Amino acid sequence: MTSIISINGLGKSYAGGMRALDDVSLEIEKGEILALLGPNGAGKTTLISAICGLITPTEGTISVGGHDTIRSFRAARNLIGLVPQEITIEPFETVLNTVRLSRGLFGKPRNEAYLEQVLKDLSLWDKKDTPCMALSGGMKRRVLIAKALSHEPQVLFLDEPTAGVDVSLRRDMWEMVGRLRESGVTIILTTHYIEEAEEMADRIGVINKGKLLLVEDKDKLMTQLGRKQLILSLQSPVKDIPEALSEYKLQRGKTDDVLQYDYDARSERTGITRLVADMAAAGLSVRDVESRQSSLEDVFLTLVEEGQP
Amino acid sequence: MNFRAIWAIYAYEMARTFRTLAQSVISPVLSTVLYFVVFGTAIGSRIEDVEGVTYGAFIVPGLIMLTLLQQAVANASFGIYFPKFIGTIYEVLTAPLSFIEIVIGYVGAAATKAVMIAVIILITSAFFVDLQIQHPVWMIGFLLLTAISFSLLGFIIGIWASNFEQLQLVPLLLITPLVFLGGAFYTASMLPPFWETLTRFNPVLYLISGFRWSFYGVADMPVGWSLAAVLFFLALCLGFVWWIFRTGWRIRQ
Repeated sequence: MTSIISINGLGKSYAGGMRALDDVSLEIEKGEILALLGPNGAGKTTLISAICGLITPTEGTISVGGHDTIRSFRAARNLIGLVPQEITIEPFETVLNTVRLSRGLFGKPRNEAYLEQVLKDLSLWDKKDTPCMALSGGMKRRVLIAKALSHEPQVLFLDEPTAGVDVSLRRDMWEMVGRLRESGVTIILTTHYIEEAEEMADRIGVINKGKLLLVEDKDKLMTQLGRKQLILSLQSPVKDIPEALSEYKLQRGKTDDVLQYDYDARSERTGITRLVADMAAAGLSVRDVESRQSSLEDVFLTLVEEGQP
Repeated sequence: MNFRAIWAIYAYEMARTFRTLAQSVISPVLSTVLYFVVFGTAIGSRIEDVEGVTYGAFIVPGLIMLTLLQQAVANASFGIYFPKFIGTIYEVLTAPLSFIEIVIGYVGAAATKAVMIAVIILITSAFFVDLQIQHPVWMIGFLLLTAISFSLLGFIIGIWASNFEQLQLVPLLLITPLVFLGGAFYTASMLPPFWETLTRFNPVLYLISGFRWSFYGVADMPVGWSLAAVLFFLALCLGFVWWIFRTGWRIRQ
């Protein structure tokens, strides 16, 4: 894989002394979908803003497609499309005109056929002559995507693409992102929604307090860091967990006849064999066993907490 | 140079003018016509000729300058402030555009609008008074240089302003008084000596004086000074815009 974006030692301090980004280095591969996860104020938007040229980094370098974002900003920015987090759109302008403006700003010659295709893909074509203020929130967000795609970028930044978007629209958005990726566009998205990252991303970066805590393949991350849970359904309800089993820190399930055992799938000895044997010795007979993979959300929370100084 | 992008900004801004034709063009024309009716025809008929020019005709260059300055500052400041205010500025800042290209697009459109309105007022005034333009090339030169300079000033105000009040402040507190005290409706020589001296520090006096000279060949100041004044002001604004570009002041953190 070749990287399309290289970030090296990126840092950003604001005048007030706020450290928004701290020594961030990251390689983003061509054609992948990278999700940046992090709590509010973690630095996700700052990172995107630095790559897109909205803020000037205090230190470090960024190159997009091999072009430095400061020294060869034109070549670098030509490759990038940005969909901002806030819905910022000229209210009185029509959909088609605002998309035309975006294409023009990137110095691309007019190509009405391409813009028609973009608007059709986003189900906006029949709204092309509508002023943006008359559109629903979801449509406005799609107009922003159309604007970002208007100049045929190779990298698309989606800053919280589904914030405040209803469930069915979120599904549509995910499908659209999938189609874009098939067409070869590299996609970087930030999100609060772990399920979104889980659903779409190839790799996941976790960012908190301006530091990039880790970047990992999604599947690897889930298996490597994932804590697993063993759900043990018992033959008969149990009032008190026997003393002999205290070392396993068992938790009660929803009903009296369910016990839960948390274990680390990464460790060599998960303790399951011993637990089952000890349970039998304690007179508990197991009717059913189920194991549950912890979600990315748990992984994320663990990381963010571990990342605290 | 990303000429397509400059054109995109310019055309987009001009399209907004035509979409809001009533606000953009009709209202300044209407207010100027009112000036003609009141000062030119009603009161002006009782005022003596100034330097051999009827009072109605005498105030035409001043009125055009008044509107030109107001329009240039208002258009340019709003043109850049509005995207800042609603947030669409992100698009211009992430485009492969240098700051100079952004300035040319916005300031060019603002200056064009201001000149358009000035020309409409000039044509309108021809219906009320007997106009003559002795030095048309100078007239066009002053018109364009002034429009560009004050559009740059407007652009700077638009970048600086962080709310709508500040946006209105400079035109209201600075431009209008300077134009009224800059000899739009009289010559400096009509003032008492103290005020005549003071008024020489008003840069707008030089603009109006030079502009009026291009019409009637009469001026408060030598026309060379007027040209020097407008070029100096242009250089000052360009310098400030360049500084904004270097530092990213109020645009890029």
